[in-house]
Amino acid sequence: MSDPAVDFRDVTLRYRIMADRGITSFKEWAIRRLTHRIHFLDLVALSGVSFTLEPGRALGVIGHNGAGKSTLLRVAAGILEPTRGVAIVRGRQAPVIELGLGFEAELSGRENIFFNGALLGRSHPEMERRLDEIVEFADLADFIDQPIRTYSTGMVARLAFAIATTVDAHILLLDEVLSVGDASFRLKCLQRLEEFREDGVTILLVSHDLDTVAAMCDVALWLDRGTVRGFGPAAEVVDHYRASVGEAHLVGGAIETVG
Amino acid sequence: MHATAVPVLVNAAGGKPNVIREIRDLVAHSNLLWNLVHRDLTVRYKRSIIGFFWTMLNPLLLMIILTVVFSTIFRFEGIDNYPTYFLSAYLVFGFFAQTTNQSMGSLAWNGSLMKQVRVPKSIFAIATTISGLVNLCLAYIPLFAIMLATGAPICRTIVFLPISFLLIAMFTLGVSLMLSALAVYFEDVQHMYAVATVGLMYMTPIIYPITIVPYKWLWVIRFNPLTHLFKLARDPVYGCTLPGGHVILASVAAAVIALVIGWVVFHRLARGFYLHL
Repeated sequence: MSDPAVDFRDVTLRYRIMADRGITSFKEWAIRRLTHRIHFLDLVALSGVSFTLEPGRALGVIGHNGAGKSTLLRVAAGILEPTRGVAIVRGRQAPVIELGLGFEAELSGRENIFFNGALLGRSHPEMERRLDEIVEFADLADFIDQPIRTYSTGMVARLAFAIATTVDAHILLLDEVLSVGDASFRLKCLQRLEEFREDGVTILLVSHDLDTVAAMCDVALWLDRGTVRGFGPAAEVVDHYRASVGEAHLVGGAIETVG
Repeated sequence: MHATAVPVLVNAAGGKPNVIREIRDLVAHSNLLWNLVHRDLTVRYKRSIIGFFWTMLNPLLLMIILTVVFSTIFRFEGIDNYPTYFLSAYLVFGFFAQTTNQSMGSLAWNGSLMKQVRVPKSIFAIATTISGLVNLCLAYIPLFAIMLATGAPICRTIVFLPISFLLIAMFTLGVSLMLSALAVYFEDVQHMYAVATVGLMYMTPIIYPITIVPYKWLWVIRFNPLTHLFKLARDPVYGCTLPGGHVILASVAAAVIALVIGWVVFHRLARGFYLHL
């Protein structure tokens, strides 16, 4: 298999929003429409992003808030459609963009496992096979038939991570999910990611935690206002990013002293 | 990894909304659809017997109120067994009103899901329609009980009901798709529609017979697609007749047109959901 697992070609994504953000009422919209006073703004979330990722490698996506990291992940997951360009992803995906997606407080842990699995596009028999493993990893054997409104936040996070990562997937998409839970849970998550890496799973990880990216990932992609500022070996890109952030701080500091 | 089993996602610009692709996607997510329906029903009944019986009790209580009001205070000439006349159309109206109203809430409520996983966006309206159909079927149990108690004949023509339900569900789904997409953009759509629902109920012969409508207003009733769709459900139960050809024709046309318009509007607006949900 020489085809890359993830192949972004000139991916651009623009959002079109109403300039008057206040229009949330149909009546107001109809009136403005009649008087031709609706203006639109284009927001560029991704601009000409191209990169490829070989199967079995781990990519860390870094950058400031609003740089387009989550948008990139959502394009890879097929949630958002690019305005220009094409994104090709080869392999079965396990998107972990938000933990505890669609959890229903009234339903039991077991029912939520099946519901969450269905959301991720898994079949009922597959979830049945995986049930014991999920319950064991989440360490919830005694509570699995209780409604999850009785769970603590940590229990919910454990269950969610266990469901999302107990799966036969070729590609794991992770969005800032390692920042939840306590230290021991984070360690457990990192161990699990390491297992995935050993099994040859391709990983796309969006994170603000530069140390994790440098340690866990082979390559890193640095996004800045929707464009690629750096792409290459993770440690190098993280260093460049750190240096640029440091500079920005210095410049900001200098201006402040002058002013 | 077997190269043959590897699914490939090609996410390209300018992909047009495509009926066949959407249906394929829905089939691939059928497990999710059943889970959504199951969640709707379990949460609604909260696994309690009372929740289940409430569905039964609701039409019974309504019937008592309306029978008292319309058999003693307001009286319509020429309607035997008013409870059956009223309920045979009102249950279907309840399904339509509840499903369209709920689907607006359900799309907004499930909005966060659509930002996190790739699911066919119309799946929520479809799930709401299916759970509404389950509730509708359950509501016929007390109706038949009332008919037995009041001595109304239960005829063989009721075997036509599944066809009535199918057409009414198609129409309801079309309206639900359109309204739920609009409700994502404009928060007042839901409130405006709640008022419109009341208006619709009085524009359709549900509580009154069509014969009392003045001639100059008859066209309103005739052009109201719900009139024909509800007749489709009432005739086999109340009149013991199969609906006439023109009623079926009008209903099929209403169902197909509503579904097509709803689908087109929904998918045109769906592109912008991400920013509004």
